[in-house]
Amino acid sequence: MTDLGVELAGLRLVHPVLNGSGTFDAIAAQRAFGRETLDRFPFSAFVSKTITPEPRAGNPPPRLFETPAGMINSIGLPNKGLDGFLATDLTPLGELPVPLIVSVMGRSHAEFRRLVEGVAPRDEVAGVELNVSCPNVDSGLIVGEEPDETRSLVSELRSVTEKPLIVKLTPNVADPAAVAVAAEEGGADGVSLINTLKASAIDPGTLRPWLGAGRGGLSGPAVRAIALEQVRSVAGAVGIPIVGMGGIESGADALEFVAAGATAVAVGTASFRDPLAGERVRAELGAALQRAGAKNLAQIRVRAMA
Amino acid sequence: MTIRTAAGASAPTGEDGRVLAPFGRRSAEVTRNIASGGYRVFSALDRDGPEPRAGQFYMLAADERWAGRDGRPFLGRAFSVADAGRERDGVVLDFLVADVGPGTERLAALEPGEGLSLTGPLGRPFSPPGELNPDAAGAILVGGGIGVAPLALWRRALAAAGVPARVLLGFRDRPHSGGLDLFDCSEVRLSSEDGHAGHRGYVTDLLAVLLEGDDAASAAVYACGPPAMLEAVREMCLAREVACEVAMEAPMACGFGACMGCAVPLAEGGYMRLCVDGPVVDGSRIETALVPGSGH
Repeated sequence: MTDLGVELAGLRLVHPVLNGSGTFDAIAAQRAFGRETLDRFPFSAFVSKTITPEPRAGNPPPRLFETPAGMINSIGLPNKGLDGFLATDLTPLGELPVPLIVSVMGRSHAEFRRLVEGVAPRDEVAGVELNVSCPNVDSGLIVGEEPDETRSLVSELRSVTEKPLIVKLTPNVADPAAVAVAAEEGGADGVSLINTLKASAIDPGTLRPWLGAGRGGLSGPAVRAIALEQVRSVAGAVGIPIVGMGGIESGADALEFVAAGATAVAVGTASFRDPLAGERVRAELGAALQRAGAKNLAQIRVRAMA
Repeated sequence: MTIRTAAGASAPTGEDGRVLAPFGRRSAEVTRNIASGGYRVFSALDRDGPEPRAGQFYMLAADERWAGRDGRPFLGRAFSVADAGRERDGVVLDFLVADVGPGTERLAALEPGEGLSLTGPLGRPFSPPGELNPDAAGAILVGGGIGVAPLALWRRALAAAGVPARVLLGFRDRPHSGGLDLFDCSEVRLSSEDGHAGHRGYVTDLLAVLLEGDDAASAAVYACGPPAMLEAVREMCLAREVACEVAMEAPMACGFGACMGCAVPLAEGGYMRLCVDGPVVDGSRIETALVPGSGH
């Protein structure tokens, strides 16, 4: 009998498959699929779209470009802002059958603090994911690209809440493990990776940049091998749990991320192609675990480290 | 008016009368693929889905040879339904496709017996004329090129409900007029840019003539076609205060509100997600139908 349950940063999850932030909208999905969205919710915890202190409209279109085995997005974090999120989205997200992790992004320590102070105390919120792929306006540096920036941000936010803080790492650095170590030193309860890889698309007709904002981020199976290496590298450097993601399309893919050191996994772009991809990944992962002769996911991780 | 019950009375519905989709992607069997002018019309038997409403769409992919050796096509492709009818074993769905890229090339080559992956029906359908304009005497359907597809299903739903509709269709030239086969020719007013059929010029010329009479106050216009045509129809209707809905397209990865890719600028500022707030939108709600990246 296999057990897919995991403990992630203090959260008991019935299986290890989450969604990547911004790849599944649990409210919009109910507009398309109705109640079945909740009755068959594909993820064991739900990670919200990233919210920012003030509302954002997002980037001008085009926002998408298909690549071989992947896609580039340049969405620009459209969201209702902190107040809009609390007033409109928090209640329906709190009614989901799984724990809610709210993703936040600020442009300064003060903005991050305001966001975490706004969402973390709410009963509906089980944890907070820090999206650090943005510049700190005070230093001019991208927080997630600098270990010192990451450490000081996380340690400040650590004093704001006791709920789990998960740092979403950017892959656009030479040494993601150094940033992960800094996040752990700052007091993070976990890290999630990878975010999208910086990418561009050229319109073959005009030979000018295709995306409205000029550039975007690559996701899908095209990035999976890079994500696996970054998860392995981070797993060798930190003791806190890892949410591994990057092009996961099947249970076999998910098992590889576990073998690379992930405690949980997230399905992102695959959900665009099939809104129930997460459910399929979970089912296939259970079968793959059985085939591997393991009782639980921890045994896979131990085996990979040996 | 009972247009909404004409299609799939038992199917669960959501806002704006949209028929809800079963959660997840399913496989339908391709039953037919025939030439239609320079395009293809393929049909699939959807055993497990509801009948869609006109204007709704599906995300389509082939079960096999999708994200294959070359890694493309990768994402699903959004297609409005050209016809839908319940048969003994399920709902037969017709789609009109032009081979213009790796996804449409694969879909155009589907053979009977192959599997079609689909998610849907998705999005907001056309509104009945009486909801667009309480004084509506009927509907005016304006279609261009391959964009005539959803209007074909809408035409049949209106006819079944006894609502009069006038149909204006425009095509570039004969190779791009394949959608005409979806309509009963006797009821259609035609235009073509090369003059091979009907009025030589644009379909908007025909609409302008219609709206010049006393018709404007009792008109409800429904348009689908290339972005430039939609924008011309929208401006013409706004200038004459004629109610109009346009069925649009935009690059779309998911079709159910997750990817935020299909942003269409709103007149009030900001963007809507075309997949859940459209694809059929009130012409006065949007800033423009000329959205960069659409029409590809």
